Amino acid sequence: MPFSNTHNATKMKFTADQELPDLSKHNNHMAKVLTREMYAKLREKQTTSGFTLDDIIQTGVDNPGHPFIMTVGCVAGDEETYEVFKDLLDPVIQDRHGGYKPTDKHKTDLNPDNLKGGDDLDPNYVLSSRVRTGRSIRGFCLPPHCSRGERRAIEKLAVEGLGALDGDLKGKYYALKNMTEEEQQQLIDDHFLFDKPVSPLLLASGMGRDWPDARGIWHNDNKTFLVWINEEDHLRVISMQKGGNMKEVFKRFCTGLTKIESLFKTKGHEFMWNEHLGYILTCPSNLGTGLRGGVHVKLPHLSKHEKFGEALKKLRLQKRGTGGVDTAAVGGIFDISNADRLGFSEVELVQMVVDGVKLLIEMEKRLEKGQSIDDLMPAQK
Amino acid sequence: MASTFSRMLMGRRTAMLLASLGTGALATGYLMSDVNHAAVIDRTKLFPPSSDYPDLRKHNNCMASHLTPAIYCRLRDKLTPSGWSLDQCIQTGVDNPGHPFIKTVGMVAGDEESYEIFSDIFDAVIKERHNGYDPRTMKHHTDLDSSKVTHGQFDERYVLSSRVRTGRSIRGLSLPPACTRAERREVERVATMALSGLKGDLAGRYYRLTEMTEQEQQRLIDEHFLFDKPVSPLLIASGMARDWPDGRGIWHNFDKTFLIWINEEDHTRVISMEKGGNMKRVFERFCRGLKEVEKLIQERGWEFMWNERLGYILTCPSNLGTGLRAGVHVRLPHLSKDPRFNKILDNLRLQKRGTGGVDTAAVGDVFDISNLDRIGRSEVELVQLVIDGVNYLIDCEKRLEKSQDIKVPPPVSQFRK
Repeated sequence: MPFSNTHNATKMKFTADQELPDLSKHNNHMAKVLTREMYAKLREKQTTSGFTLDDIIQTGVDNPGHPFIMTVGCVAGDEETYEVFKDLLDPVIQDRHGGYKPTDKHKTDLNPDNLKGGDDLDPNYVLSSRVRTGRSIRGFCLPPHCSRGERRAIEKLAVEGLGALDGDLKGKYYALKNMTEEEQQQLIDDHFLFDKPVSPLLLASGMGRDWPDARGIWHNDNKTFLVWINEEDHLRVISMQKGGNMKEVFKRFCTGLTKIESLFKTKGHEFMWNEHLGYILTCPSNLGTGLRGGVHVKLPHLSKHEKFGEALKKLRLQKRGTGGVDTAAVGGIFDISNADRLGFSEVELVQMVVDGVKLLIEMEKRLEKGQSIDDLMPAQK
Repeated sequence: MASTFSRMLMGRRTAMLLASLGTGALATGYLMSDVNHAAVIDRTKLFPPSSDYPDLRKHNNCMASHLTPAIYCRLRDKLTPSGWSLDQCIQTGVDNPGHPFIKTVGMVAGDEESYEIFSDIFDAVIKERHNGYDPRTMKHHTDLDSSKVTHGQFDERYVLSSRVRTGRSIRGLSLPPACTRAERREVERVATMALSGLKGDLAGRYYRLTEMTEQEQQRLIDEHFLFDKPVSPLLIASGMARDWPDGRGIWHNFDKTFLIWINEEDHTRVISMEKGGNMKRVFERFCRGLKEVEKLIQERGWEFMWNERLGYILTCPSNLGTGLRAGVHVRLPHLSKDPRFNKILDNLRLQKRGTGGVDTAAVGDVFDISNLDRIGRSEVELVQLVIDGVNYLIDCEKRLEKSQDIKVPPPVSQFRK
């Protein structure tokens, strides 16, 4: 909750053992890492804005997780969280991000010229291309913890920054609470509108408070560049278009982000970033690049092949249904995207998607002709 | 209220300018320094109460009707001794604008002191919700002497079951929206320790939610005893569902006529019930059980939250006073079709619900009829009111069966004289 959590002082009247959460039936990254000793050590700490250990882990305590899907189980309330509570978050990050160590450095590369190819993914197979990430504005608390005043200030700064974009990025802001029926329907039809979160994982973190105050959607007139304000992060930035020209999507993505960042700087603001964790976001799973670049691609034959999963793993790619995370694929059409977020730069991740999807399409074409794909199986990236 | 808020939106510009100038510079300072109380105070100045005032223009709940910007600004930075704030009290009402026809309360207490520290808003909400009971000027009287109740045996051709429920909070421990895990476990310990001392027809057993077997769970569901994790957004937004199912459980006596819920919406919810129409016996057991439990916790130095302004203190302001709902499931096939039914209920200060509970529709002409009021009248008075009222309804039903006419009774007075 906002400003300061003096309520933590009440907990300190009890022993660590009395306050320790029962995580015996839990299966998430936080539950695997949080020991009794760690809880005892960290429970009296708080960040300058008053975010405490229990605030971080509440979502993981309330949502034991699924036996098969490993959720993160913790969130940050501000930039300092990752520093003050590193004893907990470093191992969570290490687990979630393939062994990323507390001493590792993350490289940021938003130069689209460094991407090789990517403008010629076969449109007979690739239906659409998309890159998304998130950004947090330094100095403000994150969605689980921010006050209404802070959230409104973030909205105002974001809208001002986006309002200065021009050319093909010129666009308009739609505040959730002022939306007309027609605007709402149009945004739903365009698949732009986000709704109040219903997932208990998100709600338990506190990010759904005061909905829909200071939430909104901005998009350019061409409907290829979209920003969500104050949903799970301060900003979620999405570049997308129909077809397979991922290079163009990524170029617009980088250009847009760079422009927004410099507009913020002229007003004395910057994004939360450091050289160890890259871009700082609410959920530890989105650290580093926070980038998910992907395509909707038709792979009816390949998806039935026994080596499909193995190929994806080797290419460091991930499959989802076209409805997003946790949906099933329909009609052999898959959402294929990078599995990693941290430890690789933006260019490297999009390159993996571009090269990987090209290979998957080649495999699909072989299988269409009844030929083998064994020689095409890649080495582990 | 709408124009006030619009003016506030204009006035916020100053706060916004402060925010955009200040946060960039302050951020560096925060990252460098240790936990610094002075820095926290700076942030509250950077975002003055006016910048945080909630947008309640589309809201229809008691909190939204009474929370003026002036009250909010005065109370935002206050905390109860255990650190609970106004924002935390009202979060459920901000997150749940309400329904045009059903007016919810829109705020909860985090502890006993919430009702004092934030009395400027709580008193107004209480007055509206309890139809004019003014905590600033009136006193609430508690009376659990069940021997005073008369005519408490209903005609069982009409009354299928009888039930009395209330809640009790343990003084010194925070309420469900605010309690820490240790406090919640302490509530469980204190309550179950007292309940284990009950004897005779009140002797029973505790079923902890985390340890329940499949069979026990099914049995408790079949008997309509089991409560499940809350799904209502009103309850979840208040914070009372945190850490579920830690510290939660159900206790009931072996006769299955006395049931306690632990750490659901309140520290304890106490229910006395049985099939048939012997409301007198239901109420007698209710009072005896409550007094026994109170004695058992007092022996160990604990007591219930109570004061003469608000009676028994519970999480939701709607349950203050007696926290008592006494009711029956009663068949009224003729009366329920009479156009005067609702007026009769109003004048008798009774409320109807479907037999599935609040907001359900009646099925097969069987209604849940209970008292409307909670505060300003004692337990004995409210139960007598229900007994007299239900007897009147049954009398009406019998008359209508014989095609005789019925009369709308004069209104019963709301508060004790």
